[in-house]
Amino acid sequence: MKNLKFLLAGVFFGIIMFKSEAASWYRIQEMFRFQSIHMYGIIGLAVALGVPMVWFMKRKNAKDFSGAPIEFKPKNWSIWRYLLGGTIFGLGWALSGACPGPIVVNIGAGYGGYVVVLVSAILGTFVYGLVRKKLPH
Amino acid sequence: MEPWPWYVSGALIALVMWIMLYFGKSFGFSSNLRTICTMCGADKVAPFFKFNWKEQSWNLMFLVGAGVGGYIALNFLSPENYSVAISDATISDLKDFGVLELEKTKESLGFVPASQFSWDAISDTTSLLILIAGGFMVGFGARYAGGCTSGHAISGISNLQPASLLAVVGFFIGGLAMTHFLFPLIY
Repeated sequence: MKNLKFLLAGVFFGIIMFKSEAASWYRIQEMFRFQSIHMYGIIGLAVALGVPMVWFMKRKNAKDFSGAPIEFKPKNWSIWRYLLGGTIFGLGWALSGACPGPIVVNIGAGYGGYVVVLVSAILGTFVYGLVRKKLPH
Repeated sequence: MEPWPWYVSGALIALVMWIMLYFGKSFGFSSNLRTICTMCGADKVAPFFKFNWKEQSWNLMFLVGAGVGGYIALNFLSPENYSVAISDATISDLKDFGVLELEKTKESLGFVPASQFSWDAISDTTSLLILIAGGFMVGFGARYAGGCTSGHAISGISNLQPASLLAVVGFFIGGLAMTHFLFPLIY
């Protein structure tokens, strides 16, 4: 099964999110209250390693496992969608204590309330798809 | 097994990003929500959902794996009665405005507050509304902004995208407003 490797990568990611406590509502509160370096250290280090990694891959025209060139797609610049969309996302992130990955990790760990959060997040995505033409982008 | 310190976790997240790039894909979790909408038939209602969702099946497998990872981490890689070691200042703040019961100690926090996120919490109307509102804004906002923490904060900023930096500024405007202005009204 060619997708098995993605399942395994997901398992690895889920374990990291749980064992790092990045999927914990408490850690998200601690982050937004600036009361520990924990979450800033996690995201900051991932980016500090990610920037030279991506730079190096671009410079070397790195190939993926199948030999195809790895593409990095630039994101179109605009103000409103990132600022407004980001702010709405942030309100939800702090309220539910989890971004999309950790929502699923919490469900796997048996915290049933996150099933409601996930269904509602799917609904939110659906409503965005319905009204997106009316929103500033 | 003890929780992993931030410098281990941060490095491993960068490794996940590298793994996904090496697999020929990009690391972004929230696009799965759009894929699930399409699978449920949303493509018949809005053009935004018209795409071949099977091309995203690799990312759905990643999603399923993340859930399995959460199960494994809690049940096989964590001590019994596991409690997240957050700072005393945060515990004190959360007690001050009633999110956290006063009798809770550092050893009895659990991984998430049971009063809000257990199965039983769903039967409480306030808790249910919080879960619905939180999830809705995460889903709506992630798609509006074109990505979540993995797509923008990790992948996008690693690729030096100004748009991703702006999205992360937005994440913090929203998160800080919720935590410092709206939490006292909600709880």
